[in-house]
Amino acid sequence: MKLDLSGFESTPPLFGASDGLSHGFPTAPSFDLPITGDFDGFQKEAVQMVKPAKGTTTLAFIFKEGVMVAADSRASMGGYISSQSVKKIIEINPYMLGTMAGGAADCQFWHRNLGIKCRLHELANKRRISVTGASKLLANILYSYRGMGLSVGTMIAGWDETGPGLYYVDSEGGRLKGTRFSVGSGSPYAYGVLDSGYRFDMSVEEAAELARRSIYHATFRDGASVYYVGPNGWKKMSGDDVGELHYHYYPVMPSTVEQEMGEVSGA
Amino acid sequence: MTKQAANWSPYDNNGGSCVAIAGADYCVIAADTRMSTGYSILSRDYSKICKLADKSLMASSGFQADVKALQKFLAARHLTYQHQHNKQMSCPAMAQLLSNTLYYKRFFPYYSFNVLGGLDNEGKGCVYTYDAVGSYERVGYGCQGSGSTLIMPFLDNQLKSPSPLLLPAQDAVTPLSESEAVDLVKTCFASATERDIYTGDRLEIVVLNADGIHRQYMELRKD
Repeated sequence: MKLDLSGFESTPPLFGASDGLSHGFPTAPSFDLPITGDFDGFQKEAVQMVKPAKGTTTLAFIFKEGVMVAADSRASMGGYISSQSVKKIIEINPYMLGTMAGGAADCQFWHRNLGIKCRLHELANKRRISVTGASKLLANILYSYRGMGLSVGTMIAGWDETGPGLYYVDSEGGRLKGTRFSVGSGSPYAYGVLDSGYRFDMSVEEAAELARRSIYHATFRDGASVYYVGPNGWKKMSGDDVGELHYHYYPVMPSTVEQEMGEVSGA
Repeated sequence: MTKQAANWSPYDNNGGSCVAIAGADYCVIAADTRMSTGYSILSRDYSKICKLADKSLMASSGFQADVKALQKFLAARHLTYQHQHNKQMSCPAMAQLLSNTLYYKRFFPYYSFNVLGGLDNEGKGCVYTYDAVGSYERVGYGCQGSGSTLIMPFLDNQLKSPSPLLLPAQDAVTPLSESEAVDLVKTCFASATERDIYTGDRLEIVVLNADGIHRQYMELRKD
């Protein structure tokens, strides 16, 4: 089997660039494509067969102290829960985070690829890449695969020279700058809690608790992770089991009826 | 001219189930040895477990032709790595290589549902679970294949390990001893064989620990 390792190089070939226009631009890895008359139909069937894991709530918001990022941890394939412990907050580098919604493999791979490109930028330019730049790199790559069935709904959150930055990037090629985002099937519920409790001048602890509550209200019985991005990079604030969080927010109180029955049986 | 659906598919499903469990200083990887197509049995004695490196074993179910191609590719890459770095690949490194390899066929996937088991750099058991296009995570136990929906709830019940996302971090590996884990695996497959037509014939169990690799077999129902 002939090994084609060209896909593993992330720099463009030095010689023989096919046209002058693309010379010098970092190209995305090259992929094998099936030889078929009906590419779309094939991809639809492949997606059915592969059933990428999805079903998510992720959110991020900018506040006075930095950026707060939170996500649940459930992955579902059709109606089957394939994992309760998926890491949906991806550490691109020590001061930038990405969230995962949509196809798990798509998000993991392209965030890892983005991390490599950010590192190459640092080495080539002797300074860290901005959040604007990183999100643009990712958006351009996803745009070039538009229509091929990638499913990525991600937020790039980080702290650069201009302060905290938050961008939403998706596989349709969209890229939006903003201060508050929630992505995924649970996002309507998270938005409700987030928007009603949000104030720009919260403390780090208050913001973490708001993020945790928003994820809790959108999910049930899986995990909730909360990360904070500040001037010194990101820090994981908490990782909780949402089932436990439920009893933390709504502790079980013995009701008066039970107390009376206890007394009667003792008599 | 009306659009015609493809009447030839490049894929087939050869069935079977695989399980891996990580322990404090061992890893158990098991798979049945039945290879089927449609309602026929192609072989009762086909191994789905492959040794990729000294400390990594991969068990894969799905389309065995794709599995074979994937195993060959990974073996070749491992050889290159050994020539370049003068050492064996660690299990976490192999895990990421497998993920990238699967993703590079994102638009024409390997129909291979894998579970990678081995020992990490500290000698603790590690299991990585994958989907067909390469998304992966490290877990305390995993299973894939036609019997996975039958086996997984049982493993969740017996082995429910704390999520690796919890803070403060808790150990994902099971507190069971090696022999208890092997017995658990045998129980899983005995039950799965009862209800899954694609699982049966024989169970191959490989245990990886500090002393090396030890293989054992158990007969399963042949119907």
